[in-house]
Amino acid sequence: MTHQPVEDAIARTHRAEWARVVAALTRRFGSLDVAEEAAAEAFATAVERWRRDGVPANPGGWLTTTATRKAIDRLRREARRDHKHQEARLVFDDDPPDPPVVGDDRLRLVFTCCHPALSPEARIALTLRMVGGLTVPEIARAFLVGEAAMSRRITRAKAKIAAAHIPYRVPVAADLPVRLDSVLTVLYLIFNEGYLATGAGTDPVRADLTAEAIRLTRLVREVLTEPAGGNGEVTGLLALMLLIEARRPARLSATGELVTLGEQDRGAWDDALIAEGHRLVRERLAAVAAGGPAPGRFQLLAAINAVHTAAGDARDTDWSQVLALYDRLVHVDPSPVVALNRAVAVAEVDGPEVALALVDRLTLEDYHAFHATRAELLRRLGRGEEARRAYDRAIDLAGNTAETAHLVRRRGQLASPGGPVGG
Amino acid sequence: MPKYLLSVFGPAERQEFGDYPDKESMLQAFADTGAFNDKLVAEGYFVFADGLEPATTATVVDGQGDQPVFTDGPYLESKEHLGGFWVIEAPDLDVALRLAADGSKACRGKVEVRPFQTEESFRSVLES
Repeated sequence: MTHQPVEDAIARTHRAEWARVVAALTRRFGSLDVAEEAAAEAFATAVERWRRDGVPANPGGWLTTTATRKAIDRLRREARRDHKHQEARLVFDDDPPDPPVVGDDRLRLVFTCCHPALSPEARIALTLRMVGGLTVPEIARAFLVGEAAMSRRITRAKAKIAAAHIPYRVPVAADLPVRLDSVLTVLYLIFNEGYLATGAGTDPVRADLTAEAIRLTRLVREVLTEPAGGNGEVTGLLALMLLIEARRPARLSATGELVTLGEQDRGAWDDALIAEGHRLVRERLAAVAAGGPAPGRFQLLAAINAVHTAAGDARDTDWSQVLALYDRLVHVDPSPVVALNRAVAVAEVDGPEVALALVDRLTLEDYHAFHATRAELLRRLGRGEEARRAYDRAIDLAGNTAETAHLVRRRGQLASPGGPVGG
Repeated sequence: MPKYLLSVFGPAERQEFGDYPDKESMLQAFADTGAFNDKLVAEGYFVFADGLEPATTATVVDGQGDQPVFTDGPYLESKEHLGGFWVIEAPDLDVALRLAADGSKACRGKVEVRPFQTEESFRSVLES
């Protein structure tokens, strides 16, 4: 317990400085691998040293200096192993002046880790390791992958970045919207995996992952300096995450069952997160009204969630406003999943029959939410048998334990002429 | 500067007009690919480019034994084979991918981008 203040300082510094240290070293040594290893060694040294000597006045500076020395040591060792190439590899002085910093190195790091030439799985793993500073075992646990497999995934991604010469820089303006979208998609996938965790053996909600996704999105927003560097989507994504995260305390029942938006205890929502989310949505509305770029999918999703969280009671939800926002969203993102969610709003405005007709036109046979939505609409239309079959399909496909429990209860509540229903 | 291999694949059995639906689209693709090649040369990326005869004309040679063994056909059994390629020099993958996208549009096919080994990567193989 005597170490507690030091442990706290190390944890705090790790959160605040990890990405900065890795990013600075990657620029200096041109290798993610060298940067990652040296940063990890520097933090391990900090744990030892700071306990003994106390926390230095400038922990970030101390870590960067220590990590730089570790990296030079490693490169020297490697050079010594092969004398023939010693000269070629010894281009690293002990203390050369750093090249001038343009922008924030962490932004380069984010774009490199989320490069579209890497697989989505690799992008997520690499971002959590290099930018988020999570350990390989932590990332492996988060995605229910063995540690060895996760380690290989990260190693392979780093090897591709080096061999294929994926650049360490912020993309040129012409590429920025597409490349930024890749970054935001990675962050959103991390958040979603936390919010609706898959797998029978995992917690249904992974607060560590949602918190990490929010932290990384804040970081990207901070270093991208919107609106100059972006189109408002980073702000939109942050607002969206905050407004979803705010509802987390009300999302699971005491028995671990998913509670739908309409049934949630709104008093349990996090007011501070909602206030911040609403403020960001208003900021984007003002920017769009002032002639800024049209809102993208994250801003529209954030606005939809702002409408939901503005209603003190589910019955007060402004569904026509929600529907109007979905109408705009289907233009930006014409995917069947968006069309499905729009149909839920249609059910509230125009009734379940109209909504069901829309849903039945979609080809989402393997998506659990498609069947769950159909089941709810069929139930409202009094078509119990069809609803039951739709619940069955949804339960088969749902990967989240809390969601499965919710669907099983809903199915059990159907009036059953054939006797009690199992589950 | 890093070099990249840009490969284009096509069906093993070619139709009358190569891999194109008709003569007109074949000639148009040839013209567009020629223009793309000229652009590569003009902008200093071009190293080499050419198209290949069908994979059925390939011969596999195994010279590891006393006598070389010749086998008719391509090395890999596949429905699709390498049909042509570019070798380009580009400062990084972003540039290579942008050029590959232009090449893909010109030749009407998907393009695989693969980096060549560099002196440095070859050295790290030797050291490991």
